[in-house]
Amino acid sequence: MALDQIVDGLSEVSCDVLVIGGGTAGPMAALKAKLKNPKANVVLLEKANVKRSGAISMGMDGLNNAVIPGYATPEQYTKEITIANDGIVDQKAVYKYAQNCYKIIEELDSFGIRFLKNENGDYAVKKVHHIGTYVLPMPNGETVKKALYRQLRRARILISNRYMATRLLKSADGRIAGAVSVNTRTAEMLVIKAKAVILCMGAAGRLGLPTSGYMFGTYENAANSGDGYAMAYHAGAALANLECFQINPLIKDYNGPACAYVAGPFGAYTANNEGSRFIECDYWSGQMMLEFYNELLSGKGPVFLQLKHLHPDTISEIESTLHKVERPTRGLFQQGRGVDYRSESIEMHISEIGFCSGHSASGVFVDDNARTTVPGLYAAGDMASVPHNYMLGAFTNGSVAGIDAMEFADSHDFAEFDAADVALERERVMAPTRREDGIPPNQIEYKTRRLVNDYLQPPKVTRKYELGMRRLAEAREDMQERMIARNAHELLRALEVQSIMDCADMAAHASLYREESRWGLYHWRTDFPEKDNENWFCHTLLSKCDGKMTSEKRAVEPYVVPIADDEKDLYDKQRIRASA
Amino acid sequence: MPLASYQTSVPVVVDDAKCIADKGCTVCVDVCPLDVLRISDMTNKAYMAYDECWYCMPCEADCPTGAVTVNIPYLLR
Repeated sequence: MALDQIVDGLSEVSCDVLVIGGGTAGPMAALKAKLKNPKANVVLLEKANVKRSGAISMGMDGLNNAVIPGYATPEQYTKEITIANDGIVDQKAVYKYAQNCYKIIEELDSFGIRFLKNENGDYAVKKVHHIGTYVLPMPNGETVKKALYRQLRRARILISNRYMATRLLKSADGRIAGAVSVNTRTAEMLVIKAKAVILCMGAAGRLGLPTSGYMFGTYENAANSGDGYAMAYHAGAALANLECFQINPLIKDYNGPACAYVAGPFGAYTANNEGSRFIECDYWSGQMMLEFYNELLSGKGPVFLQLKHLHPDTISEIESTLHKVERPTRGLFQQGRGVDYRSESIEMHISEIGFCSGHSASGVFVDDNARTTVPGLYAAGDMASVPHNYMLGAFTNGSVAGIDAMEFADSHDFAEFDAADVALERERVMAPTRREDGIPPNQIEYKTRRLVNDYLQPPKVTRKYELGMRRLAEAREDMQERMIARNAHELLRALEVQSIMDCADMAAHASLYREESRWGLYHWRTDFPEKDNENWFCHTLLSKCDGKMTSEKRAVEPYVVPIADDEKDLYDKQRIRASA
Repeated sequence: MPLASYQTSVPVVVDDAKCIADKGCTVCVDVCPLDVLRISDMTNKAYMAYDECWYCMPCEADCPTGAVTVNIPYLLR
């Protein structure tokens, strides 16, 4: 049978804990669940291949948020993230992360992942954030996925590659019952019954269209099409603060990080066309992105990452990291353009929009045990709402999710789902394969993402949003009535477009609901240009109620770590003031 | 509406002389996050079947014979 030829089939398996997504959080969640109860069955489902999937496909250059005794305290980190995220933080989850992440670093170290140490044998932590010191380089960061994979094999986790989960199944009383998935190379469907499900499906990184026009030239791994956000939504889970978009400062056209976290500690900085600094701190916050945006439009752009003033040996060291780990084709890209960091600065630009809690705060709502609002359903990593949690947050919160989910599975039997739900889902999934004539998924995706750029990208204008939502509704109708998939690979893309469309609708709905401006560029509403703490110092939760998208306010939990009044706006003062 | 095919220059290049897909190797096809590589029915060698590349490199890094080269996609080069 040739690859990609469509096979009509449906089978069913069961497991105790199902982990969906084998990137960063997922492998750790699966591992911890299995270690919690070695007799239980843990399945790790992955749309690509666990060996090379997710944001850390080619490794990572370092930890951006390591809370290491002697350098930073959990209290200080919690305070920093609270301020960086404009106060809209349930601190309990952030504080728990900050307390647990050092143990995870030691555990990763035992897996063979090395972290930079100084001559005394202490971790060589660097400062990038506004207040504290949390950045820890990883000298063999390219080996992360291999190290994780060895642990998964050793623990006998059942890995199913090339299965894309499409919808969650629930019982009549609202408990999680499993998931429906489809093989991305044969279109055969697989129903997985599970007592608990953990979603680790990454960011919604294919939402906006990169300015290069290349649909897969995204900042996030382009496989991260927001499937987790869409699945959680359709399962009735609440999603938090989706209007707090992810927008990053990236190498122009290449659309990958430059990266200030790697080069900053060595003395590199962001500068305008006059060679002057204009932001206080290169840490990626919405406030920093707003100043970046303003500079680009002010006539003082383009914006550059300035390296050439550094010693050639230092530049070589930065270069070897940038060109070896995370996005190794950066070297090839700069070579193609004839850019040598020794003589020329790196031209930077603003990325397309996306959802990602790893960098901002837009994610499926979870508490400090990684529980969503659906019983038995968990989320961790970039798609879960713990803000600014990066790779180490994915590992740490994945660990929390794995342990709690196994406890849930140990104390519950399988929930029963309605067979009619599976039949309906099979019809939805296979619909594009049943049409003779229609529009291919790549055209629907291009149009949807172009509309996201035209209408939803900040600054957010109410009238533009209303028009954008009308255009998106038309594109959705085309998608539902006319999209065709002629082989299993095209069906994979057709399913991803449906996630992208759902995310676009959620981005618009959530943005219109919050009638204020907050998080700098991430939620800048021109019709409500001021921060309004009186009415909007709260989370917004978006969910599907009776088939309709709705939003509501949710109070911010009382702080565990108090923030003094004169500290609250530290991240608001990003622009460097000219001194007299 | 009828469909037309669309020409595109793809970024991943496979050196047929080095590729051992005809001996049963599928490493590059297995590891690609976007699942864009296939083994050709005609040549039994790997090739890029879908222009949906994140220029991420596992195919090149994991190829046992050094047959795969990832280029930057033309639109963002």
